[in-house]
Parts: sequence; C-alpha cells; structure tokens
Amino acid sequence: MSATNQFCTFYVSGQYFGLEVLHVQEIIRYQEMTRVPLAPSTIRGLINLRGQIVTAIDLRRRLELPDRPADQLPVNVVVRTDEGAVSLLVDEIGDVLEVDPHQFERPPETLKGSSRELIRGAYKLDKQLLMILDTERAVNVTGGGRNP
Amino acid sequence: MNEVVREFLLEMHDNLAQLDLDLIQLEKEPGDRDTIGRVFRTLHTVKGTSGFLGLPKLQAVAHAAENLLTRLRAGELAYNTEIANAMLESVDAIRKLLEALEKSEGQTEGTADFSSLIQKLEKLTAEVSTSESKMTMVAPSGLSGFLSPSTMVSGPIPELSTPPLVPSSTTTTPPAPPSPPVPVVPPPPPAAPESVAPRVPSVPQSSTPVLPEPPPASPPPPSVEPVKSQPLQSVPVPVPSPPPTPSAPMPIAQPPSAVPETEAKATGSVSDSAIRVDVGLLDKLMNLVGELVLARNQILQFSASQEDGAFLGTVQRLNLLTTELQAGVMKTRMQPIGNLWSKFPRIVRDLAMACSKQVRLEMDGQDTELDKTIVEAIRDPLTHLIRNAVDHGIESPEKRIAAGKSPEGRVRLNASHEGGKVIIEMADDGGGIDPERVRQKAINNQLVTPEQAARMSDRELLELIFLPGFSTTDRVTQFSGRGVGMDVVKTNIEKIGGTVDLISKVGRGTTIKMKIPLTLAIIPALTVTSGGDRYAIPQVSLLELVRLEGEAAVKGIEHLHGAAVYRLRGNLLPLVYLHRQLNVESGAEPGVINIVVLQADDRPFGLIVDAIHDTEEIVVKPLQKQLKGLGVFSGATIMGDGKVALILDVLGLAQRASVVAAIRERAMTDKTAPTDTVSGDRMTLLLVETAGGGRLAIPLAQVARLEEFPRSSLERAGTQTVVQYRDEILPLIDVARALRTGGKNGRVRALANEVNSVQVVVYANHGIRVGLAVGQIADIVEETIVNRSRATRQGVMFTAVVQGRVTEFLDVEGIIRSVDPELFAQPSERGVLAP
Repeated sequence: MSATNQFCTFYVSGQYFGLEVLHVQEIIRYQEMTRVPLAPSTIRGLINLRGQIVTAIDLRRRLELPDRPADQLPVNVVVRTDEGAVSLLVDEIGDVLEVDPHQFERPPETLKGSSRELIRGAYKLDKQLLMILDTERAVNVTGGGRNP
Repeated sequence: MNEVVREFLLEMHDNLAQLDLDLIQLEKEPGDRDTIGRVFRTLHTVKGTSGFLGLPKLQAVAHAAENLLTRLRAGELAYNTEIANAMLESVDAIRKLLEALEKSEGQTEGTADFSSLIQKLEKLTAEVSTSESKMTMVAPSGLSGFLSPSTMVSGPIPELSTPPLVPSSTTTTPPAPPSPPVPVVPPPPPAAPESVAPRVPSVPQSSTPVLPEPPPASPPPPSVEPVKSQPLQSVPVPVPSPPPTPSAPMPIAQPPSAVPETEAKATGSVSDSAIRVDVGLLDKLMNLVGELVLARNQILQFSASQEDGAFLGTVQRLNLLTTELQAGVMKTRMQPIGNLWSKFPRIVRDLAMACSKQVRLEMDGQDTELDKTIVEAIRDPLTHLIRNAVDHGIESPEKRIAAGKSPEGRVRLNASHEGGKVIIEMADDGGGIDPERVRQKAINNQLVTPEQAARMSDRELLELIFLPGFSTTDRVTQFSGRGVGMDVVKTNIEKIGGTVDLISKVGRGTTIKMKIPLTLAIIPALTVTSGGDRYAIPQVSLLELVRLEGEAAVKGIEHLHGAAVYRLRGNLLPLVYLHRQLNVESGAEPGVINIVVLQADDRPFGLIVDAIHDTEEIVVKPLQKQLKGLGVFSGATIMGDGKVALILDVLGLAQRASVVAAIRERAMTDKTAPTDTVSGDRMTLLLVETAGGGRLAIPLAQVARLEEFPRSSLERAGTQTVVQYRDEILPLIDVARALRTGGKNGRVRALANEVNSVQVVVYANHGIRVGLAVGQIADIVEETIVNRSRATRQGVMFTAVVQGRVTEFLDVEGIIRSVDPELFAQPSERGVLAP
C-alpha cells in the first residue's frame, strides 16, 4: 500500500469517499456522454477528454447505490490507470485531505456485496467516516450486468 | 529492465538489419571497404558492449566473427559464399541471443549453444592465416562442399579470390594492404547495378558526425570517393587502429556505425538529423492536435459574429497554424516502406541459394511513406509474395537459359504514391502463371466445375489463385506452396482497405499490384443514427444504401419464417435492425426505412438504421478494456462537434445477429448461380435502359463488372473513345448508337451530353475487355425465358418478355465485332501487361 495519506474526497449518495490523490489526474465538470449500448450498466458512456476517449463509470452503480436524481449532474473524477485515464462519476467534490494514518481501520466483516472489494477501509474523521476506494478495482468493470 | 540493456537492444535492432544488408552487399562487391568497415564496427560494438554487460556468449560469437572480418579487411582473404554464410549465421546467432536477452528482461542470454558456429568461424579464420598460398584451393573446395559454384548469387567472387597476389609477409602485418591486387583484379563495383544495393533509409544507426574513433587523418574529399578502388586502397592504413581499442565502457553511447567522413556517400545523412520518439507520445500529440482543430473550428464560428479586425486576423493565423500543425503531426507517424523491405535482400538471397537459383532483387521507391500501422499490416503479405516469386516465379538457371533469358532472375519491388494511396508493385521475370494449369488445378481441387472453368477468361482464371485452398505448385517446399497463401495475402490486404491485382504472362513473369491506403488511423466512414446516437460504419464494408418510402416501406420488408428479408435485385437480403441488436429504442421516422447494405465475410446483409448521414474521414481510437469485450464496436471516434461516436464492427455485428453463419451457405449457391446462366432457359440477366427508353438484357455471365466513369475521364485514342481502367485502356462502345447504325458508328463519340457520368458494362472474354456504355443500369433479375421471338435488328440475338416488358437480348460479341473487328483478331494479347 502506498505511503501517501493525502486523499481526494467526494460524495456519492451522501457518503464520503476518498481516492489516493496521486491516482487522480484531474476533476472536470459534467461532460456530455455518448452511451455505449450493450455495455455493463456501470458504464455510463464515453467522454471526450481533450481528444482522448475516456470511459465514464458511475460510482453510484459501481457501489450498488440508487441512481442519482435526473436533475443532478455528476462530476468526473478522472483517474490514471494502467490502461489510460478512466472517469469516475461522483455527486459532489470535497477537499484534498491529509489524514492521520493511525485513524485508518479495515472494513468490518458485516460489509457485504461487491462494495466490499472496492472499499479498502475508512479513516475515522471527527465528523464522519472517510471511505477509501481502491482505484484499480473501481475501474475494473468487465462483462457483468447489461443496460436495461 | 536495465536502462543500459534496453538502449543496447534498441540500437542493435536497427544495426542487425543493416548488418544483413551489408553482408549481402559484400557478396556483390566483395572489395567494398566502406561496407566491410561498417560491418566491422557493428560487430565491434556488439563485442564491446556484451563484454561490458557481462554477456559471454554474445561476446564470443561477436569476437569470432570480428576476427574473421579482420582478415577480410586486411585483404588476406576474399569474401566468398562460405564466409558469407558463416557471417550471416553469426548475425542470426546474435539476433537469437538478443531475443533471449529481451525476453528475460536482460537477465540471461538463453541456453542456445553456438560453439559449433564459433568453431566454424575460427576454422575459416585460421585456414587462411596459416597458408595464404592455399587460398585458391580453399575457397573453391569450401564452396563445393556447400553448393555448386553455379548457384552462387554473385558472379565476381572467383576472380576476386585470385590470391597468389597476396604476399606471404602480410601474415604478420595485417595493416599492410595488398596493393598489387588493384590492377589485376577488376573491381566489381561498376559491374554490379547500383540499385541492388538497398541503401534503405532504415538506417537510424546514428552515424553522428562526432566520432569516437580516431578518424583517418585528413579524409579524402568526398569528390574523390566515387572513383572506385584507388582511393579506397589508401583508406585501410589508418583504419586498423580502432579495433585495438577494446571493450571500452563507452559502447552504448558510441554510435555503432560511426562512419568516417569518407563514407559520406553511403549512409548517414538521414540519420544525422533523426531522433527516436515513442509512438505513444506521437499518438498523444495526434489527439491533442485533433482537439486543437475542434477548438479552432469553434473559434472560427465565434469569430464570424465579431468585427474586431485584429481579432479576426489572429483567428486567421491560428487557423493556418493549426492546419499546418495537423499535417506535420500526421507526418510523424509515417514510415518509409524501405524499413520493411530492408530484410528482403536477405530472404531472397537465402531462398535463392536453397532453391539453387540466381535471383536479383531490385527495389525502388523505398522512401515512400506509410502509416506505421499499415507498414506492420503488410509485412507478412509482402514477405509471402517475395517468397512466392523466388520459389515459384523465377525458374532455375538452366530453364532460364533454355528460354533465352539471362540465368539471373529479377524480382522488382516498386512503391509509389498515387491519388492518396500507395501502390506497391512486385514483378518477377519468371515463368508466369499458366492459365491452363490454373484451370486444371481449380477443377481438380473442385473449386469450380469443368463447365464453369471452360467459360472463364484467362484473367478470371488468374483470379482463382486468390481462392482459399489453391496452390499451383505440385511440390511443397520448405518455403511456400502449401495451399495457404494467396488468399491470406488478399484478405490481409483487403482488411486494411487495399486491393490486390495480378497480371501474369506465361514465360514473361508475374506482376502483383497492391493499392494500399496511407493510414489506418484515419478512415472514411458513413455516419448513421440509431436510437438517437450516432455510429460510424467503415466505408470498407459498405456496399450500397437503400431507402424505402411510402408503399415500399410497408411492403418492402418481407418475413421468411420470422426473419426479415428484402428483395435486392432479385436476391433475398437478410436484414438486421441495428436498434434491436444494440438494445436501444428506435427513433426512426415513420414510413421510411433506411437500409445500409454491408458486407461481412464477403456476404451482404442489410442493416436498418434510423437515419443515414454523411461520409466523412474519422480518426479511429481504440476502446478501453472495459468495453473491449462487447464485440460490436471496433473503436470510437470524435465527431466534428466534439462528441464521441462509436465505430461499428461490421463483422462482429453480423456474427451477433448470426447472419454470417447463415449467409455462408448461401455463398456457395450464390457463387454458382450467375455462371449457370446460358444452360437452360433460366438466366440471370442484367437489364439496362437505353436513352430512348428501350430495354436491353445482357446475360450476367458475360458481364465482368459494372462501372461508372465521370465524363471527364473519357479520352480519345484515334477514332476510339477510351477510358483508363485498372491499368488498361478500355475501349468504349455506345450500345444504343451501335444498334441504330448497325455498328458503322458505334464508337462512343458524344455520349448523351446531359449526364456527367457514363454507366459502363465491362465485358471480358478471351482476355479482351470492352466497355459497353449504356443509358442506365436498371436491375439484375433471374428469369425463365419463354416467349422468344426473332431479332429485328443486327446486334440483337432475340427478343423476349422479361418482367412484363419486351426486352432485346444483346449479342455482345456481335456488337463488338461490328464496331471493331480487330478486337477479336488478337486474342489474349490484350489485357496482359508485360512486366
């Protein structure tokens, strides 16, 4: 695990998440997307990032949370992966936080479902919990569910 | 992997290719000191670097080869076939070792054992040095042990090895060059054609002007250089000094072929100014430029509403700069085709030796540039063709002499630009392909029935070579002739949007001509809409577009036990609904059906889309791994408005809709159907309308192709109107006029002036091609002819009712004969280009 403890934070369905700041390439506001028929439902479409075509994965669906209301536009958190940039769609962007590594704790056994492999654990902040996502796993979407 | 090792591997990759070329060049011009010097330096670098990196095997091989070369360079021994083979073997060994090194990430050299090669090299080296006087015998006996002298690729070797001239004292003083040979040995360079020497621009073997080796004191001026051997003789004196500087720790930085200025003519200039750039970086630049173009377009649009002069001027400049930048970046991906060809001289040499043939490879147009991906894609097909030409095309020297040709066969590679495409031509002056043998073979392999074969023209017969499972050679050699090949060549070339044409003349040789697009990264594509999204369909798989409106939209689509079909010119075309395949809701305009007729695996099918837009050039970008497995999209592209559109994978789509498997069986019946015509009364007919409203029918069996030529492409040759068609001059006959005047005046003169293009039915038989200009091509139908009545005029066989209309059946040959009786007088002479 990387020694860094700076995290880029954001909100998904009211919950507070963070990604290692070194994995994040940039944050961009909502972009028009081209949907990809037959793709797994977590993939919302393709965006044009300065001439590069980037797959946009909806973190709500990836974390098996309810879809965001139609009038709420997501924000793109563009992360670097081995296979180029991938965008993660989140509700709202938070700050970049530096946290105390001692406050980290692994997820409890009661955390079930596919989110368990995505959430590495949580930092116990004063006001709330900051859940840390595993970047490579979060973007690892293949096959799976189809679009309705 | 260690950075030093990586650098070394990269560098060696280029050097080895050059080494092959140089060694073969040496066989042609054994005295060429420049070449020997270059080989020497490369080997020296290998030796030095491998010692430095701790690679004992590599060092041993390079060392042994270098020793042999020292003798060669000192003039103590002449380059002969045996030595050439040993040297080439060493290059292969080095290559193998480097491969192992690369695979193991720089950890090990692999387990291969090269001690026998090293022994061979040592033996060759030792033999000479012990007794030079024996050398006369050494060379020939060595040769006979290997191959008969007649099979040697290069002629002049025997004379060169007249060694009594070598003074025995040279044993101890290698640097002393034997000056006596000069007058006695006729220097071969002028004899060998310059074009053989593939001075391929592949040489990024950076010959930096900064020389790590001590350059010969005051190098002779370049102007003296071309004068063959005299100045060369003076060179060796200073040269031997560099080898003693052994495994210096500098080799990585040392340009391996740091060529002294004396060599200015040979290599260099290209590489002096070239650097290595990562392809990924170029792709990124390409993306950015694409994006810049879009931003520029938006600014241009915005500026239209502005009146500030200074601002408009700046926008104009931005516009021009962007365009130029785009062109420049596109160019960086281009590679000269010579990079690919550089390995062919070696292939040809080895193969010619193995087949006991003499073959000379000539190459022209090496600097013709192609996109990197295309160069990769044509590598295998071209290699295959070269092998075919040497193995099957060129005859044995005895046969060639008997046929009155020079014993040395020629294979010519030529590349050039033409109309946005690259033309690659490969011609040999070998035996050519005998259409009769093709016919027999095709019948034996049950590719066609004897009846079909009997009706085929020579040109059609030659086309059969491209069918899977066809091979004309009865013998299978190690190199080619296994019945796989030409069909693979054709499919591979067509896959990248190219075409292959074959021209062959018995006894004169074969020419294969390929037309290849410049780049794969940018392709023409048709944009369609389905369910509100745009999709791009590569033009390569597009056949035609059909739009059904009103009644046709209601009745046009029929169902065959649930499967939608459309009758396209009498054949059932299976239909696929794009929106159903993609699982999206259709947004089609009611009452209109748009069918895009595509071909997958050579079989047509109709794709129903909501709307059809323009054809435009798109930049193909790959999909990320999350979307690779879908199978129906081959990539994505960014449209003019900056939005992303997916590119449909036509074959994948056809497979998903399971049209391909179903279609394949139909292919067999389809293929036989058109040729079935003349027998029996059921005929497949091409219906054409004449300008006067009359209807004519031409049996489809006699039709080679349907073409449309712009009026501007019509040219005149004497009294005949002609058009350039597939490298031939195609005479045109105006059918309507020929019928009216009984042939007196049938040469196309002023084809209906009101239209800008001419519809032409290309007739091909007995090697003759004639174009029949018709008013309008109406349809292709399959019809049982019942009511025949006598013809009412010349040029018509009979009249019958087809689809409820009186139709005249054209006597094509009669018309051609009446217009130009001479056309049939010289059968099979036409339509064949001598290579």
